[in-house]
Amino acid sequence: MSKSDLTAADYPLAERRPELVRGARGKALEDLTIEAIASGDVGMEDLRITPNALRQQAAIARSAGREALARNFEKAAELAEIPQEEIMAFYELLRPGRAAEKQILLDAAIRLRDTFNAPLAAAFFEEAADVYERRGLFKFRY
Amino acid sequence: MTSHNTATPNRWRRFDDWDERPLRLDKFAAEDPENGFSAFAGANDPAPALTIEDGAVTSMDGVSAADFDMIDLFIARHHLDPEIAEEAMALPSESVARMLVDMHVPREELTWLARGMTPAKLAEVVAQLSAVELTFAYSKMRARKTPGNQGHVTNAKDDPLQLAADAAIAVALGFDEIETTMRVSRNSWSNALACCVGSAVGRAGTLFQCSSEEAEELEIGMSGFTSYAETVSVYGTENAFIDGDDTPWSKAWLTSAYASRGIKMRCTSGAASELLMGFHEAKSLLYLEARCLCMQRAMGSQGTQNGGIDGAPLATTMPGGVRELLAENLLAVWLDLECASGNDARHSESEIRVGAKILPYLIAGSDLICSGFGTILKYDNSFNPSSFNGEELEDFLVLQRDFEADGGLKSIEESEALAVRRQAVSALTAVFDELGLSMPDPAMQQSVVVASGSDDTDSYSPGEVTEISEKIRTKLITVVDVINALAKRGFKEEADNLLFLVKLRVSGDYLQTSAVVRDLHILSAINDPNDYLGPGTGYRPSEERRKELAAIREVLDRKEVLRAEAAYKAAEEGRIRYRTMGAADPGAEPSEVVVGLSPGFGKDLFRTLAGHPLSAVVAALREGIEEAGGRARFIRFNHTADTSFLGLSAAGLAGSGVGIGLQSKGTAVIHHKDRLPHNNLELFSNAPITTLAHYRAFGCNAAAYAKGNLPEPVVVPTRGEALGARFHARAALIYAVETALTEDGGVPEELEITSLEAAK
Repeated sequence: MSKSDLTAADYPLAERRPELVRGARGKALEDLTIEAIASGDVGMEDLRITPNALRQQAAIARSAGREALARNFEKAAELAEIPQEEIMAFYELLRPGRAAEKQILLDAAIRLRDTFNAPLAAAFFEEAADVYERRGLFKFRY
Repeated sequence: MTSHNTATPNRWRRFDDWDERPLRLDKFAAEDPENGFSAFAGANDPAPALTIEDGAVTSMDGVSAADFDMIDLFIARHHLDPEIAEEAMALPSESVARMLVDMHVPREELTWLARGMTPAKLAEVVAQLSAVELTFAYSKMRARKTPGNQGHVTNAKDDPLQLAADAAIAVALGFDEIETTMRVSRNSWSNALACCVGSAVGRAGTLFQCSSEEAEELEIGMSGFTSYAETVSVYGTENAFIDGDDTPWSKAWLTSAYASRGIKMRCTSGAASELLMGFHEAKSLLYLEARCLCMQRAMGSQGTQNGGIDGAPLATTMPGGVRELLAENLLAVWLDLECASGNDARHSESEIRVGAKILPYLIAGSDLICSGFGTILKYDNSFNPSSFNGEELEDFLVLQRDFEADGGLKSIEESEALAVRRQAVSALTAVFDELGLSMPDPAMQQSVVVASGSDDTDSYSPGEVTEISEKIRTKLITVVDVINALAKRGFKEEADNLLFLVKLRVSGDYLQTSAVVRDLHILSAINDPNDYLGPGTGYRPSEERRKELAAIREVLDRKEVLRAEAAYKAAEEGRIRYRTMGAADPGAEPSEVVVGLSPGFGKDLFRTLAGHPLSAVVAALREGIEEAGGRARFIRFNHTADTSFLGLSAAGLAGSGVGIGLQSKGTAVIHHKDRLPHNNLELFSNAPITTLAHYRAFGCNAAAYAKGNLPEPVVVPTRGEALGARFHARAALIYAVETALTEDGGVPEELEITSLEAAK
């Protein structure tokens, strides 16, 4: 079954489709135990959500009629493996007045698309660049 | 209540009384739409309108696309569904308003329509509903069927031991989510770890958030201590948004960022935030909120913290302010968002206003009724006092019981409370020690276990907490280290509970709309959708839950009343002896006053509602009668327990024609044989405040009536105590004991009463 076929009937995945659920290093839910933590086999990395899980949740949200939520999960899937400092740096760029000109946001979009394989996020940056230009947000604030 | 010494001669003194009420501390504002003070009808509120050409919005709510601000742009591009818009916008607002309160129109049909409506259209629809219609519609439209609640866990010292203990209490009370914040922002890591450990005591699955600066909040979330966030605020005007240092795009980025880390999140917005920030554009609270909520749905947030929030105290200074909060919450759920429905920042000093405000939410149910019920005392709430706090928690529990309405909480027994607090403090101490963070001594721990609030504790100072917090941050301690430490130190259950919670993020199941955890299962709008379609559908408390709601502290029953009386019996037996002398005959002595006692008097029941031993009441009446020159005679009646009939029956057997009827609970009447049953001479109806001196004076008066005099009636002064509330349950239980002893045709018995010692 491909992930896009998932529906509300498969939810919660951890209970109804546990075979589909894997941590970021491929461990199954049943392998995430106190003993495995004690022995050092399981760490924070194994408790992270994966792009795959986010796309599965997107399919479920979409099947329940929540398109906007589904699109957010799909965008999140693109961000899941981007390092935290990068995520926060991109966020900072989107705040008013942080980018001094439109090109900075467009460059960020290119980076998202090319370096991080994040086309939805890139398109989102391009849209922001357009809006910020129209609304005069490329101005110094502090 | 007021000293009248300083009253001005030309003022009705009632105004002085009113001036002293807590309500008068609230300040109210006049409606002034030009200056942003309007709940529903702003001076610049647009009429709903939408034009779409080739699938693109060309104008919305009276603004053409070329003039869109960034909020309009975001809504036009990401909220409005052009496929739905034509049909949705063409429906008359009145018809849609009726659909919202029509139980035959399914929720899905309405959430579908909302995706094609502009902010002005949505606002125009809900503005047509009265408070009761808003409440009903909210109940029908909220996303998840089972209601829940969220609580604040903070304290004035940022004391981690107290945070752990209070988090464990919040879990025991049934909160689905708990939220902390700090007095000193650097203490965030300590607060997060402490609440995280405390929330793992007793049961698994309570979601937890640490409200702090955006970047740090995400980092704390990534370390696994927290599981949700609700600090992503949005505003309804462009300038307010920019002054908040964000845009819809930056907030949408954060929304995706939280999801990408497997952390549940909701946005926040609420009436009057734009007014507080000085950029209201002369638009109404509701219209600006409609913009905020459309934006949140468009951003892909699963939910919202909405309903005034920090602006609630300002919104409710206006006429219709509370109705507006209901209206905006309805908009949130109509837009298919999870709603943590405010009821946090305390909007009034009047307990009546606070209680009234919570009621619609309590009876309608809500995903999270309060987006911050203060589980701690007011002064310990680092967010500011909530509508309900540690002080008022039992009031809320009783409201649940009164209305059989599920507010998400349950009662806690004293022994359980102490046990979970002790366990939480021990668990955190073990984690601190194991991770080399600190070692609180036993006195610190004990002071926290029994403390109601941080005034009572002898624990960490905020400065010491800062050191602990800094160590957690710099040592890169994560929830995995905490789970490991708990397991290593024998806190197996807590380790399991915490691991259960952290594992939830791997599947992302709790990222779906309105997700909480109940009994180790995710419950969300996906697998527990609100299916309300009229009576018998939607959420109904199970029989088990109904019993839980009823089980508040200190509930009286017949067994309890009889047990208390039995405990009193031995003492009374040492004071008085009742000897039955056979059937009572009419007396002939003209000064004779008969005191007619009820069937259970001195047999099964031994004291009045005021707590007087019945022996003392008998003695006081006898003394009074004799002092006024009468002769007291005691008869027990078995055919009635009613005061009036006891009194009249007693009068009928009295030589003077005057009798006193006396019930075990202390209610007494003076009667004359020629009067109608309920037309007595004097009555003590307020037994709980009747003193022995009153009974003695009552005896005097009875003897005076016997002589044919008309004495000044004895008045038992009341100060307006709600005696019914205080005593009626016990009174009814006691009275039922008496009525059960009556028998038709029961014969009056002559009693010889001997005082064995003076009881007072």
